[in-house]
Amino acid sequence: MNQVLRALFAPGFFASDPVHAALVVGAVVALVTGAVGVFTVIRGQAFAGHALGEVGSAGGSAAFLGGANPLWGFMGVAIVAAGLIELLGLHRPRARDVATGLVLGAGLGLAALFLYLDATSSSTTGVAVTILFGSLFAVSQQMLPSIVALSAVSLVVLAVCYRMLLLSSLSSDLAAARGVPVRALGIAYLVIMAVAVSLAAETIGAILATALVVGPPATALRLTKRPGGALVVAGLIGVAAVWLGIVLAYDSYYWPPAGHGWPVSFFVVALVFLFYLAAGAVTGMTQARRSRRSERAPRRTASGCAEHPGDAA
Amino acid sequence: MNVPVPDPSADDAILNVDGISVWLAGREVLHDVRFRIMPGEFTGLIGSNGAGKTTLFRVILGLQTSSTGSVLVGGRPLTHRNPIIGYVPQKVFFDPDMPLRARDVVGLGLDGHRLGIPLDWGRRRQAVDAMLDAVDARRFADARVGNLSGGEQQRVLIAHALISRPRLLLLDEPLANLDIGAEGEVVALLARIAREQRIAVFISAHDVNPLLPVMDRLVYVAAGKTASGTTAEVIRAEVLSALYGQHVDVLRVHGRILVVAGAEGPPGVTFEETDGVAAGPGVVSL
Repeated sequence: MNQVLRALFAPGFFASDPVHAALVVGAVVALVTGAVGVFTVIRGQAFAGHALGEVGSAGGSAAFLGGANPLWGFMGVAIVAAGLIELLGLHRPRARDVATGLVLGAGLGLAALFLYLDATSSSTTGVAVTILFGSLFAVSQQMLPSIVALSAVSLVVLAVCYRMLLLSSLSSDLAAARGVPVRALGIAYLVIMAVAVSLAAETIGAILATALVVGPPATALRLTKRPGGALVVAGLIGVAAVWLGIVLAYDSYYWPPAGHGWPVSFFVVALVFLFYLAAGAVTGMTQARRSRRSERAPRRTASGCAEHPGDAA
Repeated sequence: MNVPVPDPSADDAILNVDGISVWLAGREVLHDVRFRIMPGEFTGLIGSNGAGKTTLFRVILGLQTSSTGSVLVGGRPLTHRNPIIGYVPQKVFFDPDMPLRARDVVGLGLDGHRLGIPLDWGRRRQAVDAMLDAVDARRFADARVGNLSGGEQQRVLIAHALISRPRLLLLDEPLANLDIGAEGEVVALLARIAREQRIAVFISAHDVNPLLPVMDRLVYVAAGKTASGTTAEVIRAEVLSALYGQHVDVLRVHGRILVVAGAEGPPGVTFEETDGVAAGPGVVSL
């Protein structure tokens, strides 16, 4: 048992301060992105979520240039971008996609500029890698209270809007008829998503942020049919991916090329993807078993679908 | 039950639509529409696709403003969120990925417009179970809505609309995309609800025939104009000809009604060859 533990956790894992911070930040962010991301998936806004993360890299790199923590840049720009998408996109889904694409392109252009200036001013390319691909071990300890507070606020707002979001995700017509302010709710949701994506960008990088916002929720939707359950399961899957990713990244210091270690973001994203595939295999097996069972028992009712003369019009 | 029903009076009407006209993108979609619906009555809103049925529903729901006329619901002017009205929209697409069971959808009918998280679990569950029983949907209560059949999903949506105890139930084309068996079941269910719970059911359809056995009254829409009354009063050659603006015949074959257009045919109406009925081209089966 001890040997297994020693093989899994490399020496010094539990004594390392950066590891402690990474475990806490990673868990908090995974819980928020999991819960928020369930609605991203069922509202069909994965593309908007991805765009907010990438556009945020313009803010992250600008914040670095100005000497501030990238998180504030990520968040400021992502929220502005969310507003722009809503403003340009109007109500039609296709116009919305085009608006998202336009905002994404403009944001990445700015990111290219700021990252270039970052690299020339600090004469290192490391900052570009950190902004785009993140590094959980590099998250500043001072940011911990802010990250926890932002996460808590996001979860509270999500809880307050929970039922309205479910109803409007089901049918915006139905929600509007019940007096739900569908447009305002949509904007509020985009802002929560911008915050969640920014938190993910701070931990696993702007480009990989969507992996955490979309992956664990998509996996949870395969495993549970209850709305509340999906939020919790998505959060837990995210925590599992992040924690296991941290352990593997710490271990990888002993892997080739020795002494460098692999990026933690790689492990997190790879695990998120593997979990999704595994969940698919599990649901596939249970469905196969269920259909085999129902083949043995004949169906209760046969739906009448005889052609009726002169029925359609 | 095509017996003459006494003319509804304005005082008791659950819905009083009085001379509304609606313009959309420079076109008059509805012109001087007026009719009344009484409590517990089963009323059909009949017309072909694009005749203005959904627009009329949106006006009644307060989602679309009319340029003239007034609508009284339960004797009061329109408000944006009207608890008296239950609504089943056309074409709700339930994605199989949606983490919603049938009972979750029904529960959202109770409190889906509220902020916060539901707290009174026990009472909420009781109310949802009772509603599921009322529409005979208890056996698939815990299945994902996305995996249910069209008829089952329609039952769930009806339960969603009814659980807030409305006095008027609006259903937009609930029979579209249902097979014949499910169609009959949904119509029978709605008729039972209207009768037992004294809820006025107002249902839009492009085919009048499935509703004939249960309809007390109908509102016929064509080219933005309406005629209302009992089936016998409205579905007559003179009335429909005036509505369409050209000659229309009404045939009654084996208890079914066929509206037959003249040689050139009324605009905006689709023509179809109907099997089993000896009629030439230009038959519109309603």
